[in-house]
Amino acid sequence: MKALLVAEYRDGQLLGSYQELIGFARQLGADCSMFLVGSGSALPAFEGTLYLADAAQVGDYNPDVHKQLLLSVIEQEQPDYIVFLHSSYGWDLAPRVACSLKASQISEVVEIKDGTMVVPVCNAKLRRQVTPNTQVTVLTLQAGAFGLAEPPTGSPEVKEVSTDAVGPITFTGYEAAEAGGVDLSKSEVIVSAGRGVGKPENVSIIEDLASALGGDYGASRPVVDSEWVEHNRQVGTTGQTVAPKLYVACGISGAIQHLAGMKKSEFIVAVNTDKDAPIGEVADVLVVADLKQFIPALTEKIKGG
Amino acid sequence: MKILVCIKQVPDMESKFKVDAAGTWYDNADLAWRMNEYDEYAVEQAVQLKEQAGEGDITVLSIGPDKVKEAMKKALAMGCDRGVHVSDDAVSSKEPYQIASIIAAFAGDKGFDVIFTGLQSQDRGSGQVGVLVGELLGLPSVTTVVDFNMEGDSVTAKRELEGGIRAVVKVATPALFTCQLGLNTPRYPTLPNIMKAKKKELLTIPVADLLDVDPRQQTAALFFPEKKGGGLVLEGEVGDLADQLVQILKEKTTVLS
Ligand SMILES: Cc1cc2nc3c(=O)[nH]c(=O)nc-3n(C[C@H](O)[C@H](O)[C@H](O)COP(=O)(O)OP(=O)(O)OC[C@H]3O[C@@H](n4cnc5c(N)ncnc54)[C@H](O)[C@@H]3O)c2cc1C
Ligand SMILES: Cc1cc2nc3c(=O)[nH]c(=O)nc-3n(C[C@H](O)[C@H](O)[C@H](O)COP(=O)(O)OP(=O)(O)OC[C@H]3O[C@@H](n4cnc5c(N)ncnc54)[C@H](O)[C@@H]3O)c2cc1C
Repeated sequence: MKALLVAEYRDGQLLGSYQELIGFARQLGADCSMFLVGSGSALPAFEGTLYLADAAQVGDYNPDVHKQLLLSVIEQEQPDYIVFLHSSYGWDLAPRVACSLKASQISEVVEIKDGTMVVPVCNAKLRRQVTPNTQVTVLTLQAGAFGLAEPPTGSPEVKEVSTDAVGPITFTGYEAAEAGGVDLSKSEVIVSAGRGVGKPENVSIIEDLASALGGDYGASRPVVDSEWVEHNRQVGTTGQTVAPKLYVACGISGAIQHLAGMKKSEFIVAVNTDKDAPIGEVADVLVVADLKQFIPALTEKIKGG
Repeated sequence: MKILVCIKQVPDMESKFKVDAAGTWYDNADLAWRMNEYDEYAVEQAVQLKEQAGEGDITVLSIGPDKVKEAMKKALAMGCDRGVHVSDDAVSSKEPYQIASIIAAFAGDKGFDVIFTGLQSQDRGSGQVGVLVGELLGLPSVTTVVDFNMEGDSVTAKRELEGGIRAVVKVATPALFTCQLGLNTPRYPTLPNIMKAKKKELLTIPVADLLDVDPRQQTAALFFPEKKGGGLVLEGEVGDLADQLVQILKEKTTVLS
């Protein structure tokens, strides 16, 4: 069984996530080769063939160019699996490759069970085991689902690849995330507001608890998207990554993109009306209650000593 | 300008799910249904695009049983001009490639200038349908769009990357865009617009007219994940709960000392 792993490089950096691809391939028991549009000066630690296209020549991510390069490598390698990370790069490129290969694509794999792929359903409340009907299968892996105990070692045998392809989409530049303001990564206590707060006026309930605990308040993405809380307080993959002594998630369901930003917190309390909310998976304590009643009561108790 | 928006109807994620008798999907009984959250941004963007251009015709398409028309009616009330319901009582056995093939078969000869889909669905969440439609139609597709701006036949879009960084790209229409959360602020349909929507065209096409490809994958089983967390679950009266939690925080953390 052969797997072709698709590593990522962005804005001059090799992304460490290639290690997760290797971790997955080991679990699957597949021989692997790797594909990277990157740089010879930042090679992944890996024993095997690395098909390398020079990012300096290819330019920043262009779906059609990357697709053509990858298809030519697949033609040479004839892998059974083509493995991406389920990232903004992976979910963009994988379906294009799958479509060209007439291959099945299984998205956001979290586990291998009896040799088949398991993916989350309904915000991770359920899981689904999926079987492909095609010879070749394209996979994307959930970030963080497959790790390695030890960082990989070795140096790859590099085979250079190139293409003349140009696509209809032109990349014109990067824009930094809205910066400045609050650096939550230094906070010892963070109380975060989720969509469960219901309306912007209720954000003050969260702020009050945060200040009673001598901490800061944060938020999940919908609360930020609705402009109830500014972006520089968003916790998650497209916000900040935090690891306070105490994280209190109020009305937050626990989507993977939120968990990625806070699951390393030392102690996690979740307040949620839904006993089955996936936040329960990472919470040390899940308080099943309406935050509008519970949080003010808690704040009072804490202030009262 | 001709615009197509594809929407999916999904259950409310706060529902209590049960596995169905076949053991391959969740039981559809007793669920509240709504428009996939990502697709609300797609509908809103289509309506804003038409408003900005001062002209245009928006078709909203959804594949599924009769009940998906509820989500379509919301899209019509938000400002789409016409609906195409691809009637499929067996949508459950369809996978993303088949759904994309159906959409591509419908769109093939219609000359849409812009197609919007969601980045992913909230239940199954493959994040494949939009890109596959683009590939099948030979149209460029831009995913994870958080900012969209069209001038003439040129679109400047911002793709959201990890860490909230954005990649700015330019593409000429016809093109397809998959919409990410936060792209805009989806409007609430007003009562007059809900009334108006009732008079809009809602065409039904049997799925057999549009589908001629076999599935490339199937679901072997659907199940609940093993509970690994094993944290403490507290239930009861809020005053007691607050007392218990304060006690726990004193014992297990240093934040109250
Ligand atoms: C590429 C990508 C990147 C993303 N990045 C991020 C990110 O950085 N950060 C982030 O947070 N999300 C991110 N998301 C969005 C993420 O997938 C979820 O949509 C989001 O985290 C949900 O936020 P939420 O939990 O506040 O809302 P919901 O999922 O709507 O959950 C609301 C919760 O509140 C509970 N609730 C309702 N009423 C009450 C009440 N009165 N009292 C107590 N509980 C109540 C409900 O039971 C539910 O569990 C990203 C998504 C994508 C696709
Ligand atoms: C009413 C209903 C019942 C279902 N029952 C089952 C079942 O029993 N078992 C099972 O395995 N699957 C079931 N499905 C799932 C269905 O087969 C999937 O919708 C399909 O495979 C697409 O995958 P996805 O949701 O992961 O798409 P994604 O690629 O995540 O979706 C991305 C975007 O594609 C568009 N899109 C997706 N689906 C549709 C659609 N139906 N109509 C129009 N646009 C769409 C939307 O814009 C969406 O935002 C059901 C779907 C519906 C609507």
